[in-house]
Amino acid sequence: MRTGVDGLATSLAVLSTVLVVVPLVAIFAYLIYKGASSLNISFFTQIPKPEGELGGGMANAIVGSGVLLGLASLIGVPIGISGGIFLAEFGRGTKLANAVRFTADVLNGVPSIVMGIAVYALIVTPRMPFSALSGGVALGIMMIPTVTRTTEEMLLMVPHAVREAALALGVPNWRSVLSITVRTASPGIITGCMLAFARVAGETAPLIFTAFGNSNWSVALNQPISALPLEIYRYAISPYDDQHRQAWAAALVLVVLIVAAVSLVRFVTSRGTLKGAS
Amino acid sequence: MQPPVAEVSAIRGFLLSRGNSAIADRGFRWLMVFCALTIFGIVVLIATELVRSSHLTWARFGFRFFFSEFVNPDTKLPMYWDPVNGHFSALPFVFGTLVSSFLSLLLAVPLAIGLAVFLTEMCPRWLRGPLAFVTELLAAIPSVIYGLWAMFVLVPLLRDYVNPTLVKLLGWTGFFNDDNPTGLGFLAAGVILAIMILPIISSLTREVMNAVPGSQREAVLALGATRWEMIRVGVLRNARIGIVGAIILGLGRALGETMAVTMVIGNTPQIQRSLLASGASMASVIANEYAEAANDLHLSALTEIGLALFIVTIIVNALARLLVWAVTRGAPAQVH
Repeated sequence: MRTGVDGLATSLAVLSTVLVVVPLVAIFAYLIYKGASSLNISFFTQIPKPEGELGGGMANAIVGSGVLLGLASLIGVPIGISGGIFLAEFGRGTKLANAVRFTADVLNGVPSIVMGIAVYALIVTPRMPFSALSGGVALGIMMIPTVTRTTEEMLLMVPHAVREAALALGVPNWRSVLSITVRTASPGIITGCMLAFARVAGETAPLIFTAFGNSNWSVALNQPISALPLEIYRYAISPYDDQHRQAWAAALVLVVLIVAAVSLVRFVTSRGTLKGAS
Repeated sequence: MQPPVAEVSAIRGFLLSRGNSAIADRGFRWLMVFCALTIFGIVVLIATELVRSSHLTWARFGFRFFFSEFVNPDTKLPMYWDPVNGHFSALPFVFGTLVSSFLSLLLAVPLAIGLAVFLTEMCPRWLRGPLAFVTELLAAIPSVIYGLWAMFVLVPLLRDYVNPTLVKLLGWTGFFNDDNPTGLGFLAAGVILAIMILPIISSLTREVMNAVPGSQREAVLALGATRWEMIRVGVLRNARIGIVGAIILGLGRALGETMAVTMVIGNTPQIQRSLLASGASMASVIANEYAEAANDLHLSALTEIGLALFIVTIIVNALARLLVWAVTRGAPAQVH
């Protein structure tokens, strides 16, 4: 009886694992199949054709995503890393640090579309309707909590002896933090930033009413700008087969980008980035 | 090699020549504190902007915004959302969000716990790394790509095979009606949400299970328990608060999930008993209508829905974090 229950529980656990892995494999296989058969050179070199016409590409969306992500990193990375430095180096154990850490975690769970509304209310006005700037700000704000928390974690892995050694040599604290602790942890911090980057690279919801999308070439910060996830959404809900094809191609490009970033993070962290330091 | 004394003094000399370090130290410290405080700033900013731009609806409808229904003068049927004539009620969206989220929990929680149990307690060592990586990848795929897959693979599958079967077997309960031939609806949204929140629930469950000390497992096994009894008594019972936290965190994700739901829920503001009917969620109506809102009141109504979503997810996430922290305190934290 008891071994029977044991066997049943084991098979249920195995079954649920299979049920989890199957949709993942299905999604990836279908994505690669559809995406690879839809990709061609013009996807990377041309801008969209008018609706209903065959052909065209998403060169403007790829560049647009680049602009938006660059803007987001400009906002999210410095503030995020500084916040992480505060948590790990100055605030350790204080009430303020605990509150910041908790708020960062909670902020991580706030739906991205809510960020979009807040940025819309803040920046988008009749004078500057939809713009690349507002999209970049929305994405940048979303990067801050993730970067803060990963930076803190990576800094906590730096052994105390390293800091003490620096201070014992009479190095001012700010210099010891920047050129000793942060530099020691920099591979980890960089991967943390890439993780945040990968997360916002696929964000669509906050861009719908900030960056808005643009079917022409545009890199101006005060104009609507195109982005890969936005185009995937717009093309997916369009009635044309050729646009569905391009949506799959864009999805494949986006996923390859993100999976590459995540795999790199996994590779670097599993290798023990701080081996040299400890 | 130089004598160490000379080396030390060289560094000191170099550093001292760079000015007063006490002022620099203090300045640096305050700069870091300021950056950390921006996190509070962001929360305050979101809250004030949402409150400021939803006051129009609040002044007009108050709390009734979330409960009221209107009667369509032509059909005499209840209606909730008519931007052109200024009728706004968030009721169908609250309903849609709750139904799709709880449906997704119902589907995801058993699987997520099963996966976590398998990975922490049963899995051969060589399989553990790849499986954990695969579930991590699931978490990294953007929402819009889940939506794309759901639109072109999941929805046809539900429409052609699953929905007719459900209607035939369980149609008598009233929860499965075949009056929606599109396949878009609450069930499709619930299934895709379940796939999306599975990784977060599973990885947090794994984390709290790993936080249970090995001596607990050994003690139960030493009493002659089978492996399952060991897991149930020794591990799951000790980790249950953390697991509840993980589930609530998954709920938080499901409540706010936007793109995938928008693409498969059907986007019709109605309240139906059938899970196969199409509907709309709080996030999906914002994604659909915000960019082309008909008038200021419409924009304000959508913002108020966003405000409600913000408050609910803040509460849900705070609760979940507290529960997970209660279990894993002392163990190294992880970011998700």
